[in-house]
Formats: sequence, C-alpha cells, structure tokens
Amino acid sequence: MSPETAIIAALAVPALGALLIGLAGRVPNLREAITLTTAAALLAIVISLVLAWFDGARPDVTLLEMIPGLSLRFTAEPLGLLFALVASSLWIVNSIYSIGYMRGNAEHNQTRYYIFFALALTSTMGVALAGNMLTLFVFYELLTLSTYPLVAHHGTPKAVRSARTYMGVLMATSIGLLLFGMIWTWQAAGTLTFTPGGVFEGKIYQPLTGILLALFVFGIGKAALMPVHRWLPAAMVAPTPVSALLHAVAVVKAGVFAVVKVIVYIFGVEHLRTVINFDWLSIVAGFTIVAASVVALRQDNLKRRLAYSTVSQLSYVVLAAAILVPISVAGAALHIAAHAVSKITLFFAAGSIYTAAHKTEISQLDGIGKRMPWTMVAFGIGALSIIGLPPTIGFTSKWLILQGAFEAQNSVAIGVIILSTLLNAAYFLPIIYVAFFRSESGEAAPHGEAPWPMVLALTATAGLTVVLFFAPGWPLALAQELAGIVR
Amino acid sequence: MINSQLPILQVMVPLLAASLCAILPFRRLTWLIALAASLAALAISLNLLVLVLNDGPISYALGDWAAPWGIEYRVDALSAFVLVLVSALGSIIMVFAPTSLAREIDADRVFLFHAMYLLNLAGLLGMAVTGDVFNLFVFLEISSLSSYVMIGLGRDRRALTAAFQYLIMGTVGATFYVIGVGMMYMMTGTLNMADLGTRLPEVAATRTVIAAMAFIVVGLGLKLAIVPLHFWLPNAYAYAPTVVSAFLAATATKVALYALLRIVFTVFGGPAMIGLPVDQILLVLAIVAMFGASAVAIYQTDAKRLLAYSSLAQIGYMVLGISFLSATGLTATIIHLFNHALMKGALFLALGCIYLRLGSVQIEKMAGLGRRMPWTMGAFVVGGLSLIGIPLTVGFISKWYLIQAALERGWWLVAALILLSSLLAVIYVWRVVEVAYFQAPSDDMLQLREAPAVMVVPVWVLAGANVYFGVNPQQTIRAAQSAAAALLGGGG
Amino acid sequence: MSFPGLINYWAVAALMMIGFYAVIAHGNLVKKVIGLNIFQAAMFIFYISMAKVRGGTAPILDDDLSVFSNPLPHVLILTAIVVGVATTALGLSLIVRIRDAYGSVEDEEIRAIEAASD
Repeated sequence: MSPETAIIAALAVPALGALLIGLAGRVPNLREAITLTTAAALLAIVISLVLAWFDGARPDVTLLEMIPGLSLRFTAEPLGLLFALVASSLWIVNSIYSIGYMRGNAEHNQTRYYIFFALALTSTMGVALAGNMLTLFVFYELLTLSTYPLVAHHGTPKAVRSARTYMGVLMATSIGLLLFGMIWTWQAAGTLTFTPGGVFEGKIYQPLTGILLALFVFGIGKAALMPVHRWLPAAMVAPTPVSALLHAVAVVKAGVFAVVKVIVYIFGVEHLRTVINFDWLSIVAGFTIVAASVVALRQDNLKRRLAYSTVSQLSYVVLAAAILVPISVAGAALHIAAHAVSKITLFFAAGSIYTAAHKTEISQLDGIGKRMPWTMVAFGIGALSIIGLPPTIGFTSKWLILQGAFEAQNSVAIGVIILSTLLNAAYFLPIIYVAFFRSESGEAAPHGEAPWPMVLALTATAGLTVVLFFAPGWPLALAQELAGIVR
Repeated sequence: MINSQLPILQVMVPLLAASLCAILPFRRLTWLIALAASLAALAISLNLLVLVLNDGPISYALGDWAAPWGIEYRVDALSAFVLVLVSALGSIIMVFAPTSLAREIDADRVFLFHAMYLLNLAGLLGMAVTGDVFNLFVFLEISSLSSYVMIGLGRDRRALTAAFQYLIMGTVGATFYVIGVGMMYMMTGTLNMADLGTRLPEVAATRTVIAAMAFIVVGLGLKLAIVPLHFWLPNAYAYAPTVVSAFLAATATKVALYALLRIVFTVFGGPAMIGLPVDQILLVLAIVAMFGASAVAIYQTDAKRLLAYSSLAQIGYMVLGISFLSATGLTATIIHLFNHALMKGALFLALGCIYLRLGSVQIEKMAGLGRRMPWTMGAFVVGGLSLIGIPLTVGFISKWYLIQAALERGWWLVAALILLSSLLAVIYVWRVVEVAYFQAPSDDMLQLREAPAVMVVPVWVLAGANVYFGVNPQQTIRAAQSAAAALLGGGG
Repeated sequence: MSFPGLINYWAVAALMMIGFYAVIAHGNLVKKVIGLNIFQAAMFIFYISMAKVRGGTAPILDDDLSVFSNPLPHVLILTAIVVGVATTALGLSLIVRIRDAYGSVEDEEIRAIEAASD
C-alpha cells in the first residue's frame, strides 16, 4: 500500500466500519467482530504509514478544493503520526473494554454507540493527518458532532443537559473563536497550510500575534484550557468507555494536538520567540494546571476527579509547547501519548469498579483492592504515570518538559511542574492507600473482578505504560523528529 | 433558432401551463402539467445559464420592439443563476407536493393550487428575466397575488388572516416600488434598466432620485422581509401548507433579493452614487435581524415558525453582504442566496414529511422521532447543521465568505457578530435535535412509519445538495463571483 | 413651477397619506382594503400627472395634433389598475372567508377569538 492510499484508507476504514456496524446492528456478535476488525485494520494502516514515513516517504493527498486555494488536504508528519498511532492502538483496547462494559451494564442503543465510536475515530484520523488548518477544523467539528450522541447516550435529562454543555462550549469556542482566527490567518498570510516555521513571518503586525494566538488557543476548546474547560467534567455522564475515549484517546488529545500543531506549524516556534506579549500562554496554562489539580483534590466522585486531573494534564502539553524550545516541544508530543495510556488505564479502572461493584465515589472504595487486585494495581500504575514517577512513561515526558523549562530558564514553568506533581500525588495516593490498606466497610455486597474483557483491556494499557518507559520506541522517535523540525 | 426564444419561453411555459391548470379540474392531470412545466423551465434555465456563461449576457426584445421603447428581457450571469435556482427548487418541490398536499389541502382545490403555483413560478422567473423596471412590478404582483392565494389555502383558519396581512403589506410594498419607478421615469424618461443605469448618474443628486431610491428599497424590503418590514412572514410561513412554505422560503424571498440587487446596483450604480446611506442602513438592519430574529426563533414552540424566524435571520446575512459594497460581500450574498434556498428547502420539506405522519409540527410532539422517521430527521439534521454553518455543508461556505468580506473591510466587530449570531442557530437547531433523538417517544407514536419515498427522496436530494455544494462549491463560487462582478461593473 | 402647478402632486401626497393611514389605523378589514385602494389611486394619479404635457391633448394619432400627452404612463397605469382590481378582489374574497371562519371582520375581535382558542 502506498502511503497516499494509506492516508485515504485511514480515513475510509473506520467510516466503512461504521456503515457495516450499522448494517450488522441486529447481530451483536457480528457487530462487535466488525468493530474489532476495523480497529485492527486501522492500526495496521497507521503502522504502515509510520514505517513509510521513517523510510522517507512524505505523502501529501489533496482531495477537494473547498474554497479557491483551500483544499481538504492530508499529509503525514511526526506529530500527526504520533497522535494517529496513539488513537488507533488505544481504540482496539477500548473496543475490547467497551464490549465488556456495554454488555456488563446491559446498555441500550448499543449499535448507535458503536457507529458513532467508529465515526469519532474517522474524525480523529482526519484531525491527525490534516495538512492544513481548514482540514483540521473540518474534522475537529465532525469529532464534536460524532461524540455528541455518545455523551448524551443515556438520554436522561441529566445526560441531555450535560451533552448540551459539551456541545455548547465546544461549538461556541470553535465557531466563535477558532473559525475567526482561521479566517483572519487566511486573510493575513494567504495560506493555511501547515508549514514548518509557520506562515506569518513578517506578515502580521507584531502585537496582534498575541490576540490571534488567543483566538486559536481558546478557540480549540477541546484543549480545555481554563476558562473553557467546563465541558469536560460535564461530559462525565457518558458511559465510561466514552469518557475514556474523550479523555484519553480522541477528543482532548485532538485539542492539545491542534494547539501544538498551531504553535509549531502556523505560528512557528522561532517566530513566537520574537513575540513580546507571548508570556500569557504559559501563565494561563500554569494556572490551569494548578487550579484544576486543586479542584480535583476536592472531588469525591472518582470520574470527576479524573476529569479535573485531565484538565490539568492537558495544560502540561500546552505549557510544554509554550516553553518554545525543541526539547520541550518533544516533551509535549510525548506527553500526548503518555497521558493517553495512563489516563485510559485510570478510566478503565473506574469503569470496571462501577461495573463490578456499582461504586462511583472515592469514599466507598475502602479495601476494594483486595476484591479487585488487577484493577487496582493497574489503577496504581496509571496514577504513578500521571504523577510522573518511574518506571512509567509519564516520567519520561515530564522529564523532557522539565529539561526544556530549565533550558529556557522559565521559572514559572518549573515552579508549576513541581507544585503540580505534589498535588497529583496528593489526589491519587490516598485512593491507592484506602483501596489496599483500609478494611472494607460493613454492608458491602460481595463481588469480584469485572468481566474479563475489561480486565484484559486495563491490564494491557497498564502494561503499556510501563513498557513504554523501558522501550519508548516510535513515540519517542517521532517526538524527537518533531523537535528536529522545530529547532 | 429556439435558443434565441429561450428568455420568453422561460416565462411563457409556466404562464400558459397555469391557465391550462385553472380550467382543468383534475388533481393528477394538473399535477403532471405543473411538474412538466417546472421541468421544462428548469431545462430552459440551465440552457440559458450555459449560454450566458459561454457567450455573455443575452438580450431579447419582446415583440421585436427595440430596447428603450419595448420591453427588454435580459439574462446575465446573476439572473441565469437565479432562474436555475428557482426552477430547480420548483421541480423538486413539485415531486414532493402531491402526497403532502393530499394531507394539507382540500382535494377539490388541488388543481387550483397547481394553477397558482405555476403563476407564482412564472412571476418569479419573470422578475429574474426582465430588464424593465415596470415589467418587474407586473411580475412581482403576479407572484405576490398567487402566493396570497396559496397561503390562504392552508386548513388552519389563521392561514386566512396571515394571507390577508401579507396581502396588505405586500401591496403597500409593491405600490411603494411603483412610485419609485415613476419618479425615476420622471427624471430619465426610460424604464429600461440598462438605460436607467446610464442616465441616472447625471441626475443622481436630485431629491427626486433620492426619494425614488428610498421608495424602491422600502418596497422591495417589504417583499424581502428585511427586519422591521417582516411582520407578515412568520405567520405566512407558519400557517401556509408546508409545500407553500418551502417554495416561498426557498425562492420568493430570494427573487426579491435579486430584484433589490438589480435595482440598487445595475440601475442606481451602487448606493455610493446616490446621496443616501443605504449601505449603512442595511448594515444596521441586517445585524438587528441576525440577532433579533434568531433570538425569537429560540423561543418558538412550532418548528415551522422557528424556521420562519430563522429565515429572517438568514435574510439578514444576505443583506449584510450587500452592505459591504465589495465584490467579496456581494459574492457572499449571492452564495448565501443559493445556499439558503437549499437549506430551507430541505428543512421545510422535512417538516412536510413530519406533518404528514404526525399531523403537527409542534416541537414537543416530535419526541423520539429520530427513531420513527430516521430518514426525515436525518435530512433535518443535515439542513440544521448547514444552517449553523458546520464545515462540509453549504452554510460553512456562506459564512466563510461573509466573514472574509467583513475582514476585508476591516470590520472586526461585524465579523465577530456574524460568528456570535451563528451560535444562536446552534441553540435553535439543537432544541429540535434533542427532542427528536433523546426523548422517549409517546405511546401513540409507536405506530408511526417513515414518510413515503416520493417525499423522502426530494428531501434528501436537497439535503444531499447541501453537502455536495458544501464540499464541492467551486461552481457556486465561480457563478457568484462572476455575477457579483457583473453587478459592480454596472449595467453588465 | 409654483404651487398651483404642482397641485396634482400635493393631491397625490395627501391621498397617499389618507390611504396609508386608513390601512394602518382601521381595524375593520374592509376599511383596510378601501384604504389600500385610495393609496393605489394616489399612485395612479401620480403617473397620469407626470404624463401631462402643457397644452397637449389626448395621445391620438391624427395629423392635426402635434402636442399630446406622453402615452406610456397611461399604458403603465392601465396595467397597474388591473393589478389593483385583482388585489382588491382577492382581498375582499379573503375577507369573506375570514368572516366565515371567525364570524367577524374586525381585527381586534379576530385576535380575541384567536387568543381565546389557544
């Protein structure tokens, strides 16, 4: 398969999968088999694309000219490949987990669920492989739309209301700010193609750059930078595999990915270094990291605590990119992958606790580690990775970011990272402590582990978190390639 | 040979078919005539468009009386574009009509509906094809009178009062227009648009010409439902049979907008020529429409009324494009003129399907409809997304050009307002979507089936066009650009 | 031209305002249609006045006559009168049907009936 075909296939395969899932809706086993096959095929395609890229192929596919001079265009570059790799590999795991979860909880409308899941993956691939800002925007919006039914899945008034917040915030930011920024860029620079070094050199009045950047950074609401983070906790009403998808695989990652992409390929790191009023981004990101961690500390609902932890971790990526040195940009890229595997493990664990024990609050978790050892050990590994302790991938990415912060002598960043590490530890370690070292409170019904597909999935991602520490392989290699582009 | 007669055939075919329908009291037969006439009009207009794009504007002297004395029919890129739009939507809606009408109009009146529809079509096509300002008035009245009748055919008795209200306001508007035409005639002695275009500049500074422009803009503004002149529209759309709402929303306001463009640019040579700040007035009114009408749309309980108010807001976007007085702005207006016809056509027809099965278009009664009528609601969602301006739909292209035009002028605030107001569209579209997809259907809806294919297919043709011209908009953009250039070039 | 020369136009303006006022102010639907007619009649007079040429006769093709009024506005206004008649007929027939449906031709009473039935 030529790399060009591979790009098209990466978009077409999940879409085709969605269609087949819809057709096979009445036969659950077939439907699930199609989901898994599609996921596996997608991963194979992405891997072939990565291999081709390392071989020197630079595919560039132009599909349709939407507006004179502006086409739907797809390319492969390190950051996008990294994101595509993360998303497609975790989709397999998530599908296995979904099967266990949806059947274990006897959810309704399962076909709709799998269809929109596959469509969300198509959109994610489109975001990852976008060759210009317009394409990215198109798939960014499709991602919002295709995940909306997943968030509103339960159809209860609460779910519909939360989904409304989800949709409202994401639409408002993307149409109100991102589209505006994009058209402004088009007007000023005459191109929206992602170009190493940026498109603005000498084309825009300096002080305006800060404002334009703000339009992009806040317009990409999926990056959940405060104050546009409200959708993320609201989306917690969704079934757990959806939360895992939103928080670890597709949606939030599409957000921070887009921010990094804009900083590297639209504004250009070098160009931004010369912009005087650029500091605000580090400050906003730093504030989000700390504030969200503090909020997370005070949540008793496990999923909500994880949600605020996600808000905080996402800003790591933004902060890292805002430090503007190659090594920190590499750290940003790697953190996308690191946070993905760690957070998906944590969500899987939360969902498995809910399925097996029907517990959602942290205060109910006393002694649960003895009943669900696999789940809680995996949870512990995920937590270590988020805190940034070895031997997990979270340590590697944080190390790179910190190194970049020292190199740039950015004292704000250094302080924020140290403070937030302490806060992360403060909101995760107590959970592990009570799970293993407290005895169960009286009236609990006996239960064991969750259904095996769920345990399998969460063990796999926990294992991946550790393996990537010892053998970071492609993720690190791609991150370093990105650093090479930034220089 | 026949090619040279196309401009007159464009009008004569539906006009003659209309008189034929009026004397033949048979439902099916008149329907066939109406459909055939619509398709013939479509074929003629497509032919004209090709001819115009290849060889430039076509001039046709009616009855061989040469231009300044006789009536000239003149087809350029813009009018050919509008002709295609009107006749294409007419044809699609005619395919849809019989099943829907059987439910919404008394059977013994259907043949009269067809006659009225054809008269309306002839009027609208005539407005687009004529090069004479008084002839435009005649066609305007033909289409208006027939649309009052069509609105009054609705079974709800409020349709009658809505039609009457529209009749009063429409006639006042048309009379205003004629008064303006009279004043222009006093100053120049001609009624031919191109002639007026060359003679008016000499007398542009006189009070008579300024007054003429004011009368004409207000008169056409009434037909177009620019915001403070819009009171007839919501009731008319809400209580008319759905087919009529769809046809009027998709075509009638568009042709009125065409007439406004024609008069303001071709005849007056652009607002700048006349000492009247029409552009600034339009700018303010457009912004009021964008926000005011959208805000009202949010609070509607009837889906048809919701769409009617949304139409007012969308007309605001088109008018906004005019107020930029630039090539990009006019391009945006013309693109949106086309795109909005596609959106509203699809949305109203989808409501027609819903009314057929449900007997109501109250939003609260649509609970769970996403399951019962998946195709219809799917088309509604596509149309709704287009209304919001989601990429890959035509709405996005419109918005892109509008914002670009605003930025070109350096009007940052206006650009921001366009985006803000489209967020209001998210709210009103989503109100319907939430009810239809995430609320449990009531028990009496379990028997509900999808609408028949003859209705679903036309709906999806339009919904599909929303996507097709959204991903592949070069033709629209190119046609709109050349039309805008012709308008600004004066006379063209 | 002085005041008397423009007297037609003053009349036109006055009639127009009277008609327009009737359309807006009267609650009776028939009176609204009458107002509309006055309004349109003003426009007819406006056209005919502008066609008048001082000392001219009716535009009849005859060798004796050299100065005659401009016939074009007359023709135009014939068309407009036809349109006006059609509008009036349609308006009145709508009123008949409104009366069948509501039992009233008063705007306010219809509104009250509508409000009561909601």
